[in-house]
Amino acid sequence: MNIEGLRIALSGIIANKLRSSLTMLGIMIGVASVIVLVAVGAGSAAASRKRLEALGSNTLTIQTGGFGFGNRGGTQSRIIRIEDADVAALQKKDDAPSVKLVAPIVNANSITAVYNGASTTPSQFQGTTEALFSIRDYTVESGVRFTNEDVDAHAKVAVIGLSVAKNLLGTDADASSLIGEQVKFANANLTVIGILKPKGTNGIQDQDNLVLAPLTTVRDLIAGNGSAVSQVVVQAENRKATDSAQGEVLAILLSRKAGSTTTSFQVLNQASLLATQDANNRTFTVLLGAVAAISLLVGGIGVMNIMLVTVTERTREIGIRKAIGARRSDVLGQFLTEAVLLTMLGGLLGVAAGLIGSRFTIVDVKPVVAPYSVFLAFGVAVVVGLFFGIYPANRAAQLRPIDALRYE
Amino acid sequence: MAPTSGREPLGLALSGNAAHVIDIRSATKVYGIGDIQVHALRGVSLQVERGDYVAIMGASGSGKSTLMNIIGCLDAPTAGEYYLDGADVNVLGDSELADIRNRGIGFVFQSFNLIARTSALANVELPLMYAGMKRAARRERALAALAAVGLADRVQHHPNELSGGQQQRVAIARAIVTSPAIVLADEPTGALDSVSTAEVLQIFDQLNQFGRTVIVITHEREVADHAKRVVRLRDGSILDDTRQAPVVGKPPLTGERVA
Repeated sequence: MNIEGLRIALSGIIANKLRSSLTMLGIMIGVASVIVLVAVGAGSAAASRKRLEALGSNTLTIQTGGFGFGNRGGTQSRIIRIEDADVAALQKKDDAPSVKLVAPIVNANSITAVYNGASTTPSQFQGTTEALFSIRDYTVESGVRFTNEDVDAHAKVAVIGLSVAKNLLGTDADASSLIGEQVKFANANLTVIGILKPKGTNGIQDQDNLVLAPLTTVRDLIAGNGSAVSQVVVQAENRKATDSAQGEVLAILLSRKAGSTTTSFQVLNQASLLATQDANNRTFTVLLGAVAAISLLVGGIGVMNIMLVTVTERTREIGIRKAIGARRSDVLGQFLTEAVLLTMLGGLLGVAAGLIGSRFTIVDVKPVVAPYSVFLAFGVAVVVGLFFGIYPANRAAQLRPIDALRYE
Repeated sequence: MAPTSGREPLGLALSGNAAHVIDIRSATKVYGIGDIQVHALRGVSLQVERGDYVAIMGASGSGKSTLMNIIGCLDAPTAGEYYLDGADVNVLGDSELADIRNRGIGFVFQSFNLIARTSALANVELPLMYAGMKRAARRERALAALAAVGLADRVQHHPNELSGGQQQRVAIARAIVTSPAIVLADEPTGALDSVSTAEVLQIFDQLNQFGRTVIVITHEREVADHAKRVVRLRDGSILDDTRQAPVVGKPPLTGERVA
């Protein structure tokens, strides 16, 4: 292909501006939608990964019994409960080298908070130790977190999420004004000492509609719990160590709890959850990309259609060119160049449109442009031009000069 | 003939070694099949010497356009042989025929057949482009060809900005720019007024005078008067073949104005 061929092809495209731009529009929409949809897929994958990581990276959540399988209903002779002593055992570095931090949690359900006549029921009310702040990456926006001394002292303090504060004060109020104030939880008055930095929603629930209090304080509040804990949250040394940490924790619990089997404990492994989620997101992205690829294909058919019209329309010109010495390959090259030029220009416009489109937030997802999708979409557009251009161009090249010249 | 995969000058087939530059033997052309067969040519034999100026005359339907298409390698005869400067055209491939049309034969059509939206210069450059000539050399030769037909001042005009006579002169420039041995014109003055006709015929006279073989298809007597030889066709056969002037020498009406 030479400069001459390009010039002839370009003049062919310019000769029919409206038709050429409509054809390019088809390719442009195809390319842009591939880029944008893949970016939306990647963006939502990144967002959900972030949501999961917000729950604490490299963490395991352990509780007894299967969810909803009624192990506690008395079918087993002995109800297995994780207790403070077990939590302490998990923290022994010799037995559990992969474990970095352990935090027990006692859940209190349906505790209503009352302040100044306003009341709210936080979706989560958890008693725990200082370790949970590190594990779940909770930081206090204002005030302070409670310490392990507070836990030992049964201190009547609480750290609350922003949503709880807003529910008590009204949405416009300054949440930090609640610090040092007493809020009544059930029948106990707890002093608010910190407001958590908001984490937003994880897609299922508001992560800021939460109250954290020292483990002992919550036990006093709900009574009858003894030394049992609802869950244990374990942080592994790093993400790779998550699985070995899971093995160590289970081994310790099995040895400490007579009559327990592996099914006695429910382990939620954040890393494997993340892997599953990633796989789902990939499927989702591929699906979006495939839908967009179909529109690129439709654009390609548009190119073929228009090239067939162009060849028919310019039959006489083809005849003239052949009469003055154009070979089949010259004619083939001319129309193929024109088709590829159409899709290349359309593809470039599509890349531009795709990159611009990806700057907007689409259905709450901030798209993340995947570089491969840009090259792939553009490359496919060019190949589409080549593929769908071959048939019309070949048809032009095969015309007999005498028939082409006579064509009216 | 040598394989012409490259774009080196043709030279071989039209080098002037054969006795006749065109040698057609018993050519027939049949269109259609079965009951609707039309015999456009019924065994035409025609030999043309180098440097001759031949007018092929005949009413419409006489087969003269078919004959011209065969001579110009645009179409192939149904039966019969065609030797172009000694080379058997029937055995040539598509690319070789393209090269012959490019460098061996220059076409001038009744309807000019210039490429629209393309300047006169670019139109004339086109055969050289297909011949693989470099841009600068191409431009130089195209400008010379346009100057030869008196259009040096119109090179950047597009066909729709030129009169019929000017367009036909551009077409002639395009036909001669590759220095073909044969210039083949199909009713070249059919769409022109008398002044333009005279200009065009004068150019053909000059071309022939410089040694080029000129073949003109026409049904006008005054056009045929310029030729050295007149071949008349009727119903696909040669009716008569008259020599008006010797092959060697000037065409009969050189220099005379046909008003």
